Amino acid sequence: MNKVTFSFADQTLFALASGALWWPDKCLLCVSDLHLGKSERLARRGGPTLPPYDSQDTLTRLAADIARTGAETVICLGDSFDDLDASVAIGAAEKQNIITLQAGRRWIWIEGNHDPGPIDLGGAHLSEYMLGPLTFRHIAQHGARAEVSGHFHPKARLRAGNRSITRPAFLVDDTRLILPAYGTYTGGLHSSAPALNGLMGERALAILTGPQPQIIPMPR
Amino acid sequence: MTPIPARITDWFTAKGWSIHPHQQDMFDRAQDPATLLIAPTGGGKTMAGFLPTLAELADRPRDGLHTIYVSPLKALAADIRRNLRGPADEIGLPIRIEDRTGDTSATQKKRQRVDPPHILLTTPESLALLTSYEDAPRMFTGVQRIIVDEIHALAESKRGDQLMLALARLQSLCPDLRRVGLSATVEDPAAIARFLARHPDPCQIIQADPGPDPDIRMLETQEMPPWSGGGAAYSIPTVLKQIKQHKTTLIFHNTRAQAEIFFHNLWLANDDALPIGIHHGSLDRQQRERVEAAMVRGDLRAIVCTGSLDLGIDWGDVDLVIQIGAPKNVKRLVQRIGRANHRYNAPSKALLVPANRFEVVECVAALEAAKAHDLDGEPRGPGPRDVLCQHILIAAAAGPFQADALFAEMTAAGPYARLTRAEFDACLTFCATGGYALRAYDRWQRLQQRPDGQWQLRDPRAAQRIRMNLGTIQDTDTLKVRLKRNRGGKPLGEVEEAFAASLTPGDTFLIGGQIVRYEGLREMVVEVSRRADRKPKIATFSGTKFATSTQLSDRILRMFAQPDWPQLPSHTAEWLALQRDMSRLPHRDRLLIESFPNDGREHLCVYGFAGRNAQQTLGLLLTKRMEETGLAPLGFVATDYATLIWGLDAVTDPRPLFQPDALRDGLEIWLAGNAVMKRTFRASATIAGLIERNTGGQRKSGRQATFSSDILYDTLLKYDPEHLLMQITREEAMRGLVDFGRIEDMLARIGDRIDLIRLDRVSPLAAPLFLEVGKIPVKGAAEERLLAEESERLLRAAGLAAS
Repeated sequence: MNKVTFSFADQTLFALASGALWWPDKCLLCVSDLHLGKSERLARRGGPTLPPYDSQDTLTRLAADIARTGAETVICLGDSFDDLDASVAIGAAEKQNIITLQAGRRWIWIEGNHDPGPIDLGGAHLSEYMLGPLTFRHIAQHGARAEVSGHFHPKARLRAGNRSITRPAFLVDDTRLILPAYGTYTGGLHSSAPALNGLMGERALAILTGPQPQIIPMPR
Repeated sequence: MTPIPARITDWFTAKGWSIHPHQQDMFDRAQDPATLLIAPTGGGKTMAGFLPTLAELADRPRDGLHTIYVSPLKALAADIRRNLRGPADEIGLPIRIEDRTGDTSATQKKRQRVDPPHILLTTPESLALLTSYEDAPRMFTGVQRIIVDEIHALAESKRGDQLMLALARLQSLCPDLRRVGLSATVEDPAAIARFLARHPDPCQIIQADPGPDPDIRMLETQEMPPWSGGGAAYSIPTVLKQIKQHKTTLIFHNTRAQAEIFFHNLWLANDDALPIGIHHGSLDRQQRERVEAAMVRGDLRAIVCTGSLDLGIDWGDVDLVIQIGAPKNVKRLVQRIGRANHRYNAPSKALLVPANRFEVVECVAALEAAKAHDLDGEPRGPGPRDVLCQHILIAAAAGPFQADALFAEMTAAGPYARLTRAEFDACLTFCATGGYALRAYDRWQRLQQRPDGQWQLRDPRAAQRIRMNLGTIQDTDTLKVRLKRNRGGKPLGEVEEAFAASLTPGDTFLIGGQIVRYEGLREMVVEVSRRADRKPKIATFSGTKFATSTQLSDRILRMFAQPDWPQLPSHTAEWLALQRDMSRLPHRDRLLIESFPNDGREHLCVYGFAGRNAQQTLGLLLTKRMEETGLAPLGFVATDYATLIWGLDAVTDPRPLFQPDALRDGLEIWLAGNAVMKRTFRASATIAGLIERNTGGQRKSGRQATFSSDILYDTLLKYDPEHLLMQITREEAMRGLVDFGRIEDMLARIGDRIDLIRLDRVSPLAAPLFLEVGKIPVKGAAEERLLAEESERLLRAAGLAAS
């Protein structure tokens, strides 16, 4: 498995190449910002009809990560659906996929700003979740400790040789860990943007996702 | 046939002018459904186009729109308005002449729709936009004539395809509409005529007297041109001397970056402080307008410019054109030279300046071609379907339509004359539902079919979005450049986003002839400060690098076959002789490949003469094949005439590498994940309306809500590879940046006549390739390795250790 192993709040965690977080001690897989149903929502609002395969693609990748890790608990860290209507409108095939993935394991939906209410799918619906020393919530809070969050879709840029390489990235410092967006139709916010730069501590690291994840000092 | 009204002939006489034969011809043919005039600049082309309009309005004054004039440039529309006003007033015609472009005020635009002028001067985009309004039929009632200026330039681009679709719509509204095209010298007038006329109407071609042949020469310099590079800095002293000897000189460059460097060097050597300006498409509009105004006033002795000055604005007294760098294309050279000396019947004067040793050969070949009137051009193929999709949406914005009627209308446009009903239906389906294999949008279709069979927008508000995203010009992602700490920040121009991303504070680059220092990025604006003390990095602009045309490449190969080269300067002739002595010179019907060691690595030089884009594609395909067969290629570089590949092992049998089927298979696989394809996809998806450039809010960038179009491409490739847009992308890339057609042509031409020559060192002809910029490392493992190395270095430098 292509991954970067790192330590956070005295726990050993794996940043997977796909952008998922794996916590081996608790057999827990965490993904953030799936934005399921995004293409449908854009079309519904009179926008362009984008290729309608994003939910399917996101779930296929999630299924692969679950199969690879054998996760017993899955946390979807908010903005799992592009809006509450999308949680109703996603196709029957996608719903069936989710039900299949949920079978035999614990499943936690954390609320996000895009999907702030309960949704008509199995699993626990929580605004935040604590396990061991870690707190899982959608948006990072000031002063929080040992917090795992998403929301910002962080990405980081690295100059190597003559080229500039940008990848979705995990950001981590002494007190918080921010996950990259996992959904197929998601963009990113540079780690150097004020919202992230101001949030992360001086010794923050970025873990670039991709075929071979790499850990670097967080680009400011 | 009616004579020209006396008021007009009197005006000509009063001016001391006579009516040119081609102006009379155009007048005599004024009732034809379509006419194409080919005339040199300064040949009274505009008057030839407008004479019938003026005559008709003089004979039968009337209200409403009579003639629409379309040009590719906003500035040209304004120019023509001024130039037409004088004659109309002097002849005593109380007519309204107005322009309508992106610069026209909203109030003016609104009024024009209610109460149109007699003559409307506009651009293809503004005209297409007008046809998208529900009140278009009223505004266009009674339009008699449409004049398309610079049609040779429009016919080469999607803007022209868009215009012809708009004309088809206009023709449905005004069945009596007559079309006139005004063109510079072209290689295939009949093709332009077919492009212009309503299919299958005939279109008469009128050729004006082309005037005397231009006086074109090579610039003779003291110093020899260098072995490689495109800067031509060696020619600066001689070029300055020429500027001094002439009134106004236009100095054309092939790329914006080269224009910047040349201007910078020219300025450093300009001891007499001659007024010299720079003009190219990446400069801020205000800057460009200032240079244009100074030019018209005659305040400038020279302008360093690019294709942005190619089109026919009258810049006054230009008496010399200098082309820096090989022209790549004879037709463009001839058209550029036509920019000098607008007095009819006086020869234009032009000088060619090769930027390097190989370009000496290319310039001489181009010179011989221009003298022989042997122009080049590639047939463009049928009209692209992404533009068709946009026009289906534009038609829907104007109101409900019948598919049969729209198909009939669109196939009357020259570029779409051979469009099949199946192709049209696929485009219509794409516009309506997205056209995916997975039918996901039944509830949210963009276009819906009513019970009476007509198609209409599901959400009428979509019309506004369609209008906002109309057009085919691709602004590549560019960022504005401004001076920092200057209140408001003086705008200097634009650079590509990818270039901006490669900058770190302290880096310097050239823009508008100044060296600036990168300070930072703020709200998607590149902030810089003035800095004159360091050698600049060079701004990379999006201006396409043209590939040398097939005809010009053939001429060069024919020249190589000569026993000696009296027409070449001795240094270049000696270089070719040395190549013949040491290796061979490339031959048109054979493929020359040299293999030699250099600096501890094995090299392979393939002289395909297929043009820069095709040679680049060839490099990618060959290195891929070499990797598969364990030849460990490390990288390659391509020019218009050759591809140089380096690696660990020598190639001993090149034949298997050049199997057409294997190359074609490689192309399919390679294309799939290629950046060129993604770029092409983005352009076509934007034109076809899948990606919206403007959503009414601020521009998309740096926001986490938006995502890259590359993701859409990857998704389609994975789940719906035969989708319409993927088909369009493949077609576009094949004839554009991938240019695989020329590789196929070359393979067909050489058959199995491949000559591999083993040398013990680099050959004279291959040597310049080592100095070329733009070397490409073999991808794949390379990027991951770079990333790993750099990550480790950074962590170590920061004193952080990865666990």
